[in-house]
Amino acid sequence: MLQRLRENKSAQGTLLALPTTVWLFVLLIIPLILTLIVSFGRRSPDGNVIYTFTLDNYIRLFGYSTACPDAQASCYDPLYVNILGRSLSLAFNTTLFVITLAYPLAYFIARAHPKQRNIYLFMVLIPLWTNFVIRVYAWMMLLRKEGAINIIIGWVMNLLNIPFTPFEMLYTPGAVLVGMVYEFLPFMILPIYTSLEKIDVSLYEAAADLGANSIKTFLRVTLPLSMPGVVAGTILVFIPVMGTFIVSDILGGRQVILVGNLIQRQFLDARDPTFGSAASLILMVMTLIVTYFYTRKFGFGEEIVVG
Amino acid sequence: MNPFRRSPFVIAATVLVYFFLYAPIVGLILYSFNASRTNVTFEGFIPAYSENVVMDGSLVKSSPCGPFHWYCDLAKNNDVTEAAGNTLTIAFTATIISTIIGTMAALALQRYNFKMKPFSQLSLYIPIVIPEIVMGIGILTLFSQFFGWVNETFNLVGDGRLSLGIATVTMSHIAFMVPFVTLVVQARLQGFDKSYEEAAMDLGANEWTTFRRVTFPMILPGIMSGALLAFTLSLDDFVITFFTNGPGSTTLPIYVYGLLRRIITPQVNALSTVWILVVFFAVLALQILQNRDSKQHS
Repeated sequence: MLQRLRENKSAQGTLLALPTTVWLFVLLIIPLILTLIVSFGRRSPDGNVIYTFTLDNYIRLFGYSTACPDAQASCYDPLYVNILGRSLSLAFNTTLFVITLAYPLAYFIARAHPKQRNIYLFMVLIPLWTNFVIRVYAWMMLLRKEGAINIIIGWVMNLLNIPFTPFEMLYTPGAVLVGMVYEFLPFMILPIYTSLEKIDVSLYEAAADLGANSIKTFLRVTLPLSMPGVVAGTILVFIPVMGTFIVSDILGGRQVILVGNLIQRQFLDARDPTFGSAASLILMVMTLIVTYFYTRKFGFGEEIVVG
Repeated sequence: MNPFRRSPFVIAATVLVYFFLYAPIVGLILYSFNASRTNVTFEGFIPAYSENVVMDGSLVKSSPCGPFHWYCDLAKNNDVTEAAGNTLTIAFTATIISTIIGTMAALALQRYNFKMKPFSQLSLYIPIVIPEIVMGIGILTLFSQFFGWVNETFNLVGDGRLSLGIATVTMSHIAFMVPFVTLVVQARLQGFDKSYEEAAMDLGANEWTTFRRVTFPMILPGIMSGALLAFTLSLDDFVITFFTNGPGSTTLPIYVYGLLRRIITPQVNALSTVWILVVFFAVLALQILQNRDSKQHS
């Protein structure tokens, strides 16, 4: 038996990969299948799942009510469609802002003297590894009516003799956007840096020899060669932003409801796991579609696994 | 042309972005010394040391720990110590298991051919391409349906009932940590020079000895960085833990989140500061380790 295993390379491979594959199958793939099944179910009065096959949850999600009399246009309620749209546009905006902020910094680090690069990178890693919840809390303190931002604006306005009353920045869509950008910025800096750092310096020299100015060199050499990093960073930012509920929960209060908040509430407050499952599958499909088209256009970033 | 030349625009943007990254953290640390209990505005540092805490309304006038009053308060908070204990227990257990099975899978995927290989490889990308909340509620559904069925079938009552707790959190953490370990170790194996192994075999070592004396020491740095990455992911995780924890298995991120929805005293800032310091030294240690490793290889 042991002798046969020693000679059977395929069986050895299967055996080595088995624990991981089984673990991922049971705790990632089965839960996804279960979510799909539950999303077709109905909620029982005590908040449990009745397994049937109904599309009610999806119909409700897209704004139509089954309790509605036919041919009544006012029955359409885009509440959940709006939530989905808001989440998508927030994810797009966050990603754009994050690329804009991350690119110059990544470029700076990649062009820094090799001895200094580690220090600059270290300075990116500290905020990255500071806990997510703590970082939201930090912004909560800054954005409050009594917070540092209002104090600083008030101070400047006072110097300029312009009357100023502190205003509440917390619980606005802007607060959620700032929080998201802050949370996910490091995830964009690292992959862009990785791809910029790989670019051979002689390419710049060649571009300069051939008469390209610095703007042309950037557009024709640097930018195209750093695209894998931008793609990887976009995946690392866009997908989590779509599903995050802490930032909107704490910085948006009850004002900014995203699909993540919707799902969380169905499971913990409203106690309707079937509707929550349907919403989470729609979320998954949306992110997969966007990721698919995006990576098909730009290729799948190798830089995705950065420590 | 000097390759390290930078435009003033890039430098200005860099300074701004670093300011954006650090200003909130600095503010957070400053407020951990706030004399005001309500923590809404900064009312200055706690000025004096005294045997007992002296309060004036919501202001702390003096404390046995002086300006570090909230840190002493934190050390006395049993909920925090319990949450910290849970966080570490989960992170250590999950890291050990995921590092072992993840490394095995990396070896299998890089060195062997077998039927389910494409499936194994593909399943590693699930945690990267699917939002965490989708996994979180899926795992919650799995556990609650399975536990409900077991409890009913075997008529379990009281403490004997299966419920969410440290075990479910640990199992779920392993599920999202393993792919990262495997992908990091796989990357290490890809750049591996096979001639060392061939030399060992030529010199009469069998497969196991070759693995133990040649392959393993060479991929150990990769395994270590995979394990460290997994460990930090576990310490940091909020979403998956949020859906899979139960009574008695609160972790630090969950605890802090709970506080943010209730009353916030500077104690939260003290906790955050301690945490940031721990992260600082952990990342520093990791960087030094990696530098030493890359120097050895060049």
